[in-house]
Amino acid sequence: MKQVMEFEKPIVNLKEKIAELKNFTKDSEIDLSEEISTLEKRLSVLEDDIYGNLKPWQRVQMARHQDRPTTLDYIEKLFRNFIEFHGDRLFGDDEAIVAGIAYYKDRPVTVIGHQRGKDTKENIRRNFGMPHPEGYRKALRHMKQAEKFNRPIICFIDTKGAYPGKAAEERGQSEAIARNLMEMAGLKVPIICIVIGEGGSGGALALGVGDHIHMLENSTYSVISPEGAAALLWKDSGLAQKAAETMKITSYDLKQLKVIDNIIPEPKGGAHRDLEQQADYMDHVIEQSLSMLKEYTPEELLEKRWEKYKQIGDFTTL
Amino acid sequence: MLKDLFGKRKKYATIPNHQAKTDVPEGLMQKCDGCHKIFYRKEMKKNLNVCPNCGHHHPLLAWDRIECLFDMESFQEWDKDLITSNPLQFPGYDEKMEKDRLKTGLNEGVITGKGFIDGQPAAVAVMDSSFRMGSMGSVIGEKIARAIENAREESLPFIIFAASGGARMQEGVLSLMQMTKTSIAIKRFSDAGGLMISVMTHPTTGGVSASFASLGDYNFAEPGALIGFAGRRIIEQTIREKLPDDFQTAEFQLKHGQLDKVVHRQEMKTLFITLLDMHKEGGEIS
Repeated sequence: MKQVMEFEKPIVNLKEKIAELKNFTKDSEIDLSEEISTLEKRLSVLEDDIYGNLKPWQRVQMARHQDRPTTLDYIEKLFRNFIEFHGDRLFGDDEAIVAGIAYYKDRPVTVIGHQRGKDTKENIRRNFGMPHPEGYRKALRHMKQAEKFNRPIICFIDTKGAYPGKAAEERGQSEAIARNLMEMAGLKVPIICIVIGEGGSGGALALGVGDHIHMLENSTYSVISPEGAAALLWKDSGLAQKAAETMKITSYDLKQLKVIDNIIPEPKGGAHRDLEQQADYMDHVIEQSLSMLKEYTPEELLEKRWEKYKQIGDFTTL
Repeated sequence: MLKDLFGKRKKYATIPNHQAKTDVPEGLMQKCDGCHKIFYRKEMKKNLNVCPNCGHHHPLLAWDRIECLFDMESFQEWDKDLITSNPLQFPGYDEKMEKDRLKTGLNEGVITGKGFIDGQPAAVAVMDSSFRMGSMGSVIGEKIARAIENAREESLPFIIFAASGGARMQEGVLSLMQMTKTSIAIKRFSDAGGLMISVMTHPTTGGVSASFASLGDYNFAEPGALIGFAGRRIIEQTIREKLPDDFQTAEFQLKHGQLDKVVHRQEMKTLFITLLDMHKEGGEIS
């Protein structure tokens, strides 16, 4: 049973009713097919109405949905022969980030992503997908390797942020993130980044410097969580809903701000409703990106990467 | 109650006196934030805002820092007129910016430019925490990135004084992306052989510490400066544990291998002169 969000209750109720009627007609002589088809039509309208007009806060809930597919779910659907490799060679292995190599179609690629847990036990092991410095350093180690063997890099972004802990600070959380930003800028292989859930601040960005940045329709990408923004700006974390709107954190906002290249559509009701379909949509975009990027020489790639980020931001003169 | 009728009634109202609150005559004297001793403001300023008694480093305005570092009248400012366009149309943001522009006389929380330090040319970006806590939005990112590009094109060493509470909330994800923009600029500069010196001053946190401030060839800090990624309160709430007093100070970062050196403000210029000189040979960038 999937977790139901408040705003989709009318849909779920109607679905239940239809199922009930169908079940009823199965065991009896009465023909209700006309009623059922009316209800199904109404359901379709209702779905379009609700899922087609999601508010920023509703998308935040989608992005955080407990059943939302994670990096490993997509890896399984999109790649072949994924082999996960561990450790940063400096301190430890951070399971909040997974990294390894796999085939995409017939081409070896390096795949890296934040990894949330599916349940409490796994979440504790993976620190709820919030990395320590060693996670970012592991990621960088794999990226350098990808460069050495001329493999494209595909990053999945899905984190509330870098872990705000004592040990993380002691081991240089800032340095680890900064290092990734700088080094990713210079990697001579194509980098494709896809935000699949929450893109939380610097912790997301440290896997997010690339040639093409895509976002799933209902994912978010922001400098701070809506709750954090509300607490900081208005001293009231209860205003998170308002912050979600003001801070411009949805895929549509980011496309408009020219921060991302593409919005990847989600199946009706969100990625968790149909993983196959979702992976299909992503597959299409990854293939397109890779075939576009392989046309560039390493020098062109780096120059274009700089041009891309150079133009982000908005200002005026006095 | 009966006794309320005869209760003490104040005959005089006390008018709160601002001067009494601070104990220090406005303008003339300054109290040290470290040892609470009172000094002549002039004396403190002559000492670069470092307490003559306990050595506490008070914030230094960006222009004061430029004045004490660069040779007389050698400094040329870049991109002075860039200001925010309030890209998210964030309510109240324009007013806040206007207020800080009036308060500080700056257009943004960073001054960039070039000049000579004891006869040696250098490009610089100096952040000023008195302007919206030095928070980084599009303008700061752009000014710093342009300064680094200028330094690359003119083959100048680049020095940055960081002072920032982090990303500027009112520009949302655009602020976040300035981390990337500045970091890529540094990569290009570094690949061309440029020398970058970063000095973290109080405070250097969040998105600024997690981007350009940590990317110098040499990373220095002023004594006692707060340096870190996440805020102390957030960490304490997350790990449910009280943090030691020296947590995230410059000395703490030095101990944990995150800094090359903690440098007293008075020794900074001498150190720069030596470093610039040492990197002259072979450090020329093409």
